[in-house]
Amino acid sequence: MIKIDNVSKKYQTIPVLKNVNATISQGGVTAIIGPNGAGKSTLLSIISRLLLADEGQVKIQNMDVVNTPSDKLATYLSVLRQENRFTSRLTVFELVGFGRYPYSKGRLNQDDLAHIHRALEFLNLTEYKDRFLDELSGGQRQRAYVAMVLCQDTDYVLLDEPLNNLDMKHAVAMMKQLRRAADELGKTIVIVIHDINFASVYSDYILAMKDGQLVYQGSPKKIMNSAILEEIFDTPVKIENIHNQNIAIYY
Amino acid sequence: MRVNQKRHISSRKTVLLLLAIATFCVIFFMTFNLKGNISYILTHRVWIALTMILVAFSAATSTLLFQTVTNNRILTPSIMGFESLFVLIQTVVIFFIDAQGIPYIGIVGKFIFESLLLILFSLFLYRGLFTKLKQNLHLVLLIGIILGTLFRSFSNLLQRLMTPTEFAVLQSRIFATFTRAEPVLIVFSLVIATAIGLFLWRMRFRFDVLALGRDNAINLGIDYQKSVTIILLLVSVLVSISTALVGPFTFLGLLIANLAYSISGSSQHRFLLPTAFLLGVIFLVGGQMFLEHVLNMVGALSIVIEFIGGSLFIFLILKKVPM
Amino acid sequence: MSKTVYFIAGIVVLFAMAALSLFIGAGHVTLADLWSDSNMRQIFFVSRVPRTVALLLAGSAMSVAGLIMQLLTQNRFVEPSLVGTTQSASLGLLVMMVLAPGASVMMKMVVASLFAMAGTMLFMFISRKIIFKSALMVPLIGIMLGAVISAICTFFAMYFDLLQSLGGWESGDFSGILQGRYELLWLVGAITLLACWSADRFTVVGLGRDFSVNVGLNYNQVMLTGLVVIALIGGIVVVVVGVLPFLGLIVPNIVSLLFGDNVRKTIPWICLFGSGLVLLCDIIGRVIRYPFEIPVSVILGVVGAVIFLVLLSKKRHAS
Repeated sequence: MIKIDNVSKKYQTIPVLKNVNATISQGGVTAIIGPNGAGKSTLLSIISRLLLADEGQVKIQNMDVVNTPSDKLATYLSVLRQENRFTSRLTVFELVGFGRYPYSKGRLNQDDLAHIHRALEFLNLTEYKDRFLDELSGGQRQRAYVAMVLCQDTDYVLLDEPLNNLDMKHAVAMMKQLRRAADELGKTIVIVIHDINFASVYSDYILAMKDGQLVYQGSPKKIMNSAILEEIFDTPVKIENIHNQNIAIYY
Repeated sequence: MRVNQKRHISSRKTVLLLLAIATFCVIFFMTFNLKGNISYILTHRVWIALTMILVAFSAATSTLLFQTVTNNRILTPSIMGFESLFVLIQTVVIFFIDAQGIPYIGIVGKFIFESLLLILFSLFLYRGLFTKLKQNLHLVLLIGIILGTLFRSFSNLLQRLMTPTEFAVLQSRIFATFTRAEPVLIVFSLVIATAIGLFLWRMRFRFDVLALGRDNAINLGIDYQKSVTIILLLVSVLVSISTALVGPFTFLGLLIANLAYSISGSSQHRFLLPTAFLLGVIFLVGGQMFLEHVLNMVGALSIVIEFIGGSLFIFLILKKVPM
Repeated sequence: MSKTVYFIAGIVVLFAMAALSLFIGAGHVTLADLWSDSNMRQIFFVSRVPRTVALLLAGSAMSVAGLIMQLLTQNRFVEPSLVGTTQSASLGLLVMMVLAPGASVMMKMVVASLFAMAGTMLFMFISRKIIFKSALMVPLIGIMLGAVISAICTFFAMYFDLLQSLGGWESGDFSGILQGRYELLWLVGAITLLACWSADRFTVVGLGRDFSVNVGLNYNQVMLTGLVVIALIGGIVVVVVGVLPFLGLIVPNIVSLLFGDNVRKTIPWICLFGSGLVLLCDIIGRVIRYPFEIPVSVILGVVGAVIFLVLLSKKRHAS
């Protein structure tokens, strides 16, 4: 369980998060939605200790993320940011192998290799494992990054806009893979996502943010409501039920 | 898995090949044209060779670590002004303690004192710059270079303010030369460098993770702030060693680090560190021999490296750095 | 109106400093004894007057050269001694020392200026390619180009055993200025006046090629004129006094912060500040370690680097 307790954050003088309280229960996919500048990525960074909150506290499995040793936390929680640019040329295998660093500190053992191969397999990357990252397409590279955090084998996996740079086909495939990771591997997946229809179809729980505050939370059924979405996004939204899925029409 | 193994084997082969060339260079340097008072000449050459090996080690490791933690292949400690800062500290120490006082604390004592000052100032000055790096690399680079110029001008001013006898103490510091280091200091530096080397070897996998950038390193459980501090500390000590032994050597690190990236075929520090180090030895010993015996120019090595390194810098900044 | 008053006040201060410069130094000179003591008169007219005139001329000329370079490259952070111009001039001098040591000063100056021109054009050629990428990349490349050219100089100076001469050109020093050794600087003064006269054209060029073509200016011709002016000033000043680091960078920047960028209005200020700063640094250099002299370039190196860093941090806050 992730417990977010009264978290606030300012950049210089501009508040980006104001007293956010939330609980993300174990298992399933939780989506964080909201307009640009709502504080979604900041919240994700604070949960994953990449950023320090000005006030408040985040606890994962009852461990305070600030005070718990970073290497211990790395075996409970993994995070993937939007931008990943490396100066070193790494192969897919090497990158995914870094997911095992919290366990083996760089000396890969048989168990680690098994994890790496499983993660590669899971994201259909086995055939590309010896390619360099800069030789891959955007979709393949994004999958390699996700494979790395999955290989880290943590209960909690936090992803900041994992669908960035992905086309329709790859976006759907990525969401299905994340869904599978939650269902088959029992992970707790938290994603920041822009496309609310993806959130509606693939997530179990939605946190909706606006202006640095958590304004709504609940099941996709509850959040996928035109009044709520119009309030969050300041734009007309209609909800249609298509094939038993709530789809927002806002074009 | 197989291809990966193959690449590792080739990176290892590169290291072994370089080791062979470096050993050959050193042996050749020691034995070339050996006549006259052989034991005297040999001792003399051993000190020079040790100095060069130490400088190669310092330049290679300090640059690689610095570039790993800044996630950038253009920044080096020397370009950011570390060496000039050390020269300034040396000058200030002489300025206030004066040349007569130095025998009291001894050469090693003076060195330790100056290194500690460098650690102190570099942590104070450069830690802030690291966090700004992401926003504007060019600004950080320019600030570093101008800081270096400022330190140099300031030591120049202080040197001129001293009486002419004291000025002579530092006057020869304009070009790096390998022949003036004190044996005591060489031995002391050797001990420290070995200790640092062992420590770095233990940390080699951690550096691979740091090279992934701050966020990924934290995600994988690394205490980033602490790592930055440790690396800045080590870099300061290494820069102190090299500058105290031979004087400023601005572009050596940039040169060997970037060469190591391109010929090693690996981005793992267990290959990069020895590759860059051995390249440094080959450059220094081989280059020194070439200049000394072919062109008959003893002190020109640092200038040649400045020329090549400066050109490489322009090339890198035009071609390689992502904006 | 008030600006005119300030300017006149500035001139008065400059004259006061110039007067001070006339009476400061290792040799004792006082106004009272000047007419009675022929020895003193000798020092005064052979050394002090030429030195002070040289300070005024070189200071304003290098500042104007810096300004023109900034306009041509459309970049605030460049100046001749920072981008390879003066280093190239040194290289030219070195070539003359090796190939034709007996050549006249005039000849050396022409060659140094030609080299300065080639070096500046090389810099402009490289910086042209990156002008839109990042404003700070331009000075970075200039600094490195300067370092590379300087390394070439040092290498050959070492090879031909001319390090001492090179050291002389690389540090700007007015202590060797005597009657008969500075007169070339009057030429620099004339060129500076010429540049002031065509100030408007440089303002327009500073707004970019498209803008210049749009208002009907012959862009390439003005660029070339600017290059020639920079090269001549840089070349001659190196020959006569040596490098004056940062001067051409900090003076135009400070004036721009105070009075904006209309070159026709600001160029008198730039001359005034430039002369004043060099004069001040030279006076400091003469008194700080009396009776020894510290070259003006050493003082300028410290002062200039500090001001440059302040300017850079201002830029950071702005962006």
